[in-house]
Amino acid sequence: MSDQIPTTTPAAETMTGAAGAEAAVEVRGLNKQFQTASGVVHALEGIDLTVEAGEFVSLIGPSGCGKSTLMRLIADLDVPTSGELTVFGKTATQARLDQDYGIAFQQAGLLPWRTVAANVALPLELHGVASAARRTRVADLLEMVGLTEFADRFPDQLSGGMQQRVAIARSLAEQPRLLLMDEPFGALDEMTREKMQTDLVRIAADTGAAVVFVTHSIPEAVFLSDRVVVMSPRPGRISDIIPMRLDAADGREERDDDLREASSFFEMVTEVREALHGGASDAENPAPRAARGVDTR
Amino acid sequence: MTTNTTANAIIGAGTGATRTKGWSPRTESILRVVAPVTLGIIVLAIWQFLVTVGGVSDYLLPSPTSIMAELVAYWPAVVSATVLTGTNSLLGLLVGSLLGIVLAAVAARWRIADQMSAPIIAALAVVPIVALAPVLNSMFGADSQFGRQAIAAIASFVPIFINTLRGFRQTRPVHRDLMKAYAASSGQMLRSLTLPTARPFILTGIRIASSLAVISALVAEYFGGPRGGLGSLIATSAASSAYSRAWAYVGASIALGLLFYLATLALERLVLRRVPTGGSR
Repeated sequence: MSDQIPTTTPAAETMTGAAGAEAAVEVRGLNKQFQTASGVVHALEGIDLTVEAGEFVSLIGPSGCGKSTLMRLIADLDVPTSGELTVFGKTATQARLDQDYGIAFQQAGLLPWRTVAANVALPLELHGVASAARRTRVADLLEMVGLTEFADRFPDQLSGGMQQRVAIARSLAEQPRLLLMDEPFGALDEMTREKMQTDLVRIAADTGAAVVFVTHSIPEAVFLSDRVVVMSPRPGRISDIIPMRLDAADGREERDDDLREASSFFEMVTEVREALHGGASDAENPAPRAARGVDTR
Repeated sequence: MTTNTTANAIIGAGTGATRTKGWSPRTESILRVVAPVTLGIIVLAIWQFLVTVGGVSDYLLPSPTSIMAELVAYWPAVVSATVLTGTNSLLGLLVGSLLGIVLAAVAARWRIADQMSAPIIAALAVVPIVALAPVLNSMFGADSQFGRQAIAAIASFVPIFINTLRGFRQTRPVHRDLMKAYAASSGQMLRSLTLPTARPFILTGIRIASSLAVISALVAEYFGGPRGGLGSLIATSAASSAYSRAWAYVGASIALGLLFYLATLALERLVLRRVPTGGSR
């Protein structure tokens, strides 16, 4: 079921150059187990997944299905128990050291003692970008997320949605070819959330970055993705991979709020919902033990 | 101890004034200053009255005016003694802060260092530091201020170390993940994340230590060493039955302790004013 044929997406085809042929993320037979007080938890079992360069892939599933764990493994924040994992043909550790990805978490995770601009500049600062270049880049990024006039504010002076936009600007600071996002809009209200989704689709299309997006919202996954990876818990497995066939399939930049009301959108929502329920019969009511050891972050 | 109670008394009187009903903020802020000053004047007046009219012996309790007179008469000596004790306290506080922060960084970084140092810190925290004064005085000679400075340093080291170590452990998992994702070196981690997170804790430690540094530098002077500090002058004045003069030096000690406390409080406010410590989601 998980041995899917890598679907070449329109976005991937537009990628040119040396990196063009290379998959952004390549996962083969990946397993992850956690040792807990009450025994071994199989967070992920036999995961096979390919994310093409420039492709937008969402991971969706109930709590405890290991979707966040999978993203943390790709980011090299955790180490797999067994299996193969490469990012742009390198080991995950090498990709992290080479700064091949940008990352955003469910919490914005801004440093409260830094201004908005200084928060966005953090990765550039850590990697020795000259201060003049840093300033121009930060100004560009803040314009992209529409926060130019908030550059000198501190995070606690911003709303949750604005903080999350700062975090996204920060994740894009070094123009990564891969964006890893762990429920970045999870804490936002529905209005802000839809606006952020529209923004993200535009930004991802503009930058041509591949995105691995963890979510538990079906409409969010459908709206954003080229492919939706449906996962089931205990142990965490990929139960289905559904390519999104939307009317606007000729380019992600075409996706806007009209799509949310299109019939093709609802068809895809239904398809993902059925896959979710088929993959895990109790997906709507995951047992309390489902969350044990995984998906805590 | 004297300094702490004095400071608390002032703060206590201040909050008391704010709780009264229906005054404008301006009146309230004036009252916050006026009320404790008034109370102080009343207490001094009663004191003066008890001694001059009430017939309390001048040996038991010198009157405020005679203490004032001694303070004026011995002003140069009071100033030089305050400067001497103040310098010892300040040096001790600086060295103690530096040691406390550096060793806390080491203990936070290497668990083994923390485990090794824990019993020593616990011992330092419970041993009355001034008990070391006679030992240190004989170690470094009777004409050296070093023993007193060392005592002030050890006394201020303990709260700074404990607070800083606590501060170093406050970094949030999402921030640590972020720094790891950025492949930050451990030096960058310290500069960009751990130290700024610990900053409010370090400053609180320094504020607590500032009073301790003055008290221990002063009390250490009771146990020998060169003459000239506030502590040794209080001791010699009392020994020669010059009680008013002894009280004048006590007054100067309170002023010195208060100065240290307020200076570190101001530092804390200054540094943390434009640095929100929480609130990021």
